[in-house]
Amino acid sequence: MATRLKEVDIVIVGLGWTGGILAKELSEAGMRVVALERGGMRATNPDFAIPLIRDELKYAVRNALMQNPARDTLTFRHSPSERSLPMRQLGSFLPGEGLGGAGVHWNGVTWRWTGIDHALRSHYEHRYGKAFIPSDMPVQDWPMTYAELEPYYDRFERTAGVSGKAGNVRGVKQDGGNFFEQPRDREYPLPALENSYSQMLFRDATLQAGYHPFPRPCANASRAYTNPDGSRLGACVYCGHCERFGCEANAKGSPHITVIPKAMAQPTFELRTHSWVTKVLLDSTKKKAIGVAYTDVATGQEYEQPASIVALCAYAINNVHLMLLSGIGTPYDPVAQKGIVGRNYCYQPGGGGVTLFFEDKIFNPFMASGAFGVALDDFHASDQFDRTAMGAVGGATIAVGQSNGRPIGYRPVPSGTPRWGAEWKKATAKWYLRAMNIGVTASNMPNRYNAYDLDPTYKNVFGQPLLRLTYNFLENDRKVVGYVAQKAAEIARSMKPASMSNPGTLGDYNIVPYQSTHNTGGAIMGASPKDSAVNRYLQSWDVPNVFVVGASAFPHNSAYNPTGPVGALAYWTADAIKTKFRKRPGLLT
Amino acid sequence: MSDHPNRRDFLKTVGTVGATGIAAAVGAESPADAQAQTAAKAAPAAAPVSHAYTFLTAPEAAFIEAAVDRLIPADDLTPGGTDCGVATFIDRQLAGAWGSGDRMYMQGPWDKGVPTQGYQSPLTPAEYFRAGIAATNAYCRKTLQKEFDRLTADQQVKVLQDMEQGRAALEGVPTQEFFNLLLQTAMQGFFADPVYGGNRDKVAWKMIGFPGVIAIYSEHIKTYRNKKYDVEPKSILDLS
Repeated sequence: MATRLKEVDIVIVGLGWTGGILAKELSEAGMRVVALERGGMRATNPDFAIPLIRDELKYAVRNALMQNPARDTLTFRHSPSERSLPMRQLGSFLPGEGLGGAGVHWNGVTWRWTGIDHALRSHYEHRYGKAFIPSDMPVQDWPMTYAELEPYYDRFERTAGVSGKAGNVRGVKQDGGNFFEQPRDREYPLPALENSYSQMLFRDATLQAGYHPFPRPCANASRAYTNPDGSRLGACVYCGHCERFGCEANAKGSPHITVIPKAMAQPTFELRTHSWVTKVLLDSTKKKAIGVAYTDVATGQEYEQPASIVALCAYAINNVHLMLLSGIGTPYDPVAQKGIVGRNYCYQPGGGGVTLFFEDKIFNPFMASGAFGVALDDFHASDQFDRTAMGAVGGATIAVGQSNGRPIGYRPVPSGTPRWGAEWKKATAKWYLRAMNIGVTASNMPNRYNAYDLDPTYKNVFGQPLLRLTYNFLENDRKVVGYVAQKAAEIARSMKPASMSNPGTLGDYNIVPYQSTHNTGGAIMGASPKDSAVNRYLQSWDVPNVFVVGASAFPHNSAYNPTGPVGALAYWTADAIKTKFRKRPGLLT
Repeated sequence: MSDHPNRRDFLKTVGTVGATGIAAAVGAESPADAQAQTAAKAAPAAAPVSHAYTFLTAPEAAFIEAAVDRLIPADDLTPGGTDCGVATFIDRQLAGAWGSGDRMYMQGPWDKGVPTQGYQSPLTPAEYFRAGIAATNAYCRKTLQKEFDRLTADQQVKVLQDMEQGRAALEGVPTQEFFNLLLQTAMQGFFADPVYGGNRDKVAWKMIGFPGVIAIYSEHIKTYRNKKYDVEPKSILDLS
């Protein structure tokens, strides 16, 4: 029998970036806040101390900081006609667990999304005509403009200590920044990081070709930094152990060193770790949440935490899972194309990158930061890039980073080299220092069949249905990746390597190899309950005292990493709760 | 070709003699055999390799030692897989949490699925290895009348290639999947921190030029552009 606890103003499910931002903002505003985190406590010292944090096997291969699929996972299939089977081990993506969530183990790439992203359908219909968007591609505009969100992007960049170079400050173009970005109110809080040799070569080659290279914005602090809340970050030491690791230098913008300690300093805030929320509890009308049910996974005890507001701030996948388990909104049916919750799942097609091998150059791939890089937005944010030739909606960014030169995972050899034996060994010894990669990150447009629902067969340890993911890369994705991969290959050839890999192509989606933890959609935002699960304040249309915060709200995925708008939307939602919902609870307009 | 003396036979008679010693005792009759011989030369004289295993039985250990010596052959770059501690690494991983299926969803029902759906075996990784070794030995007995570790180095290479390419069909075990798991685990052992028992004396890190775990490059990121960073690598083991 569950123990019923004392009611609070807001219960937050999951304490990563979004939960941490809401926890800080709302507890500082005097609200009584309880945060329930399914994982444990974490602190830079001792959890991320040298030398133990430099353990590639433990953190990068065995996924020590990630969710444990033994407790809960999802099932996967390519199409509704196939049998969905459990993702038994983590692979393609790595949701975090524990204090700070994925905000601890991310690389730190922090984009503001493009003006095109914010008005996707309007832009394409206006520029290319309605027929350009395939009928099975339910793209839609964001329910707020870039300009409305700009102050919140700025807020998140300040909090996380983002290093970069502005390309457009209040409409004035800036040398060295992203020529195609939307206007910013001011410069980044920190200057860009140093470049690796590979990045310098790429910048030279792309300038020569007439492109617009710029430093990729990154939450790896280029120097020691104190953010506006007084949280202190150290300078990045280019250790090469960023993604999948915690940062021992506190140089990676992470919630456990910024917003969460600020929330914890508030007397109205309480954190409970090892607290696994199984359900949002609704009243008899199903239009109002009365709190959440959770299990203390350390004791097995079950609790009910009553609250006036429920904020789902878990990983994007788990937000959708909780909505479906709780009966919030109408589940989406891809065959009938009815319902809302679960639709517009998107991911990030990779595969377009190219590896370059040089006899006479040394790249030292282990000297690396998570997110530093030189990027091109010429085939994505640029409206001058005419999509007619590509014949597809979206685009891709091209970039040279240098983030994962660790030897279990990174062992480039020219194509045709055996995977083992004497020849493999010689090639590995020769090329480890002498290879570099040009990456292609593509957008992903929704498709009517790419969606989540509840699995009819498989259960988690609480006896609840697993989430079921139906997903594959489609024709539009292959066109985008194929087109931009050729551009990346042209750049690569101009750099005159001794050899290079063939331009990548996109096959079927495979849930085994790691690609990115950029899972979006499922509880998408929009201007009408007809085509969205949450409104412009990420408030459930169906149960208005439930807010669903995170990349689950994205109606499509950009050719960018998701954390920039995830952080901005968390501040935006926190403001809406503070200044609007608190005064007049109900559906916000 | 004469029979290889076998690890299991040696265990019976002389206890813990290394695979390199065994290889040196036979004449080289092929490139792979020559590599096996080089192993003896490249193997460090001091700090003998442990052949003490807690998960692998003696026949299984003989298989793994032979397999990792073919996957990571001895040459002038490094000793062979066994002498680099890769067999020890695999044994410890199979005996530990990962081998027991930690952090894996192990509930049924079970279905083979398609490769893009990933691991769907009801076996834990340790059980999977055990089944894979037995099935490979059965295949070798059937086709070559000997177990894997008793084949010549060239025959072993051929069997592994046939498994990798799917030309060999193991009974009851998905052949390519087992080969891939074996290869992946061997590479983890070769390149992981020596604290796990493989990558002995940081041989794999020295081979490629990976400097290890201190990794403070605030200045080096500028001063080592297009310049080799030659240092003695440091491991967790060194710093603990």
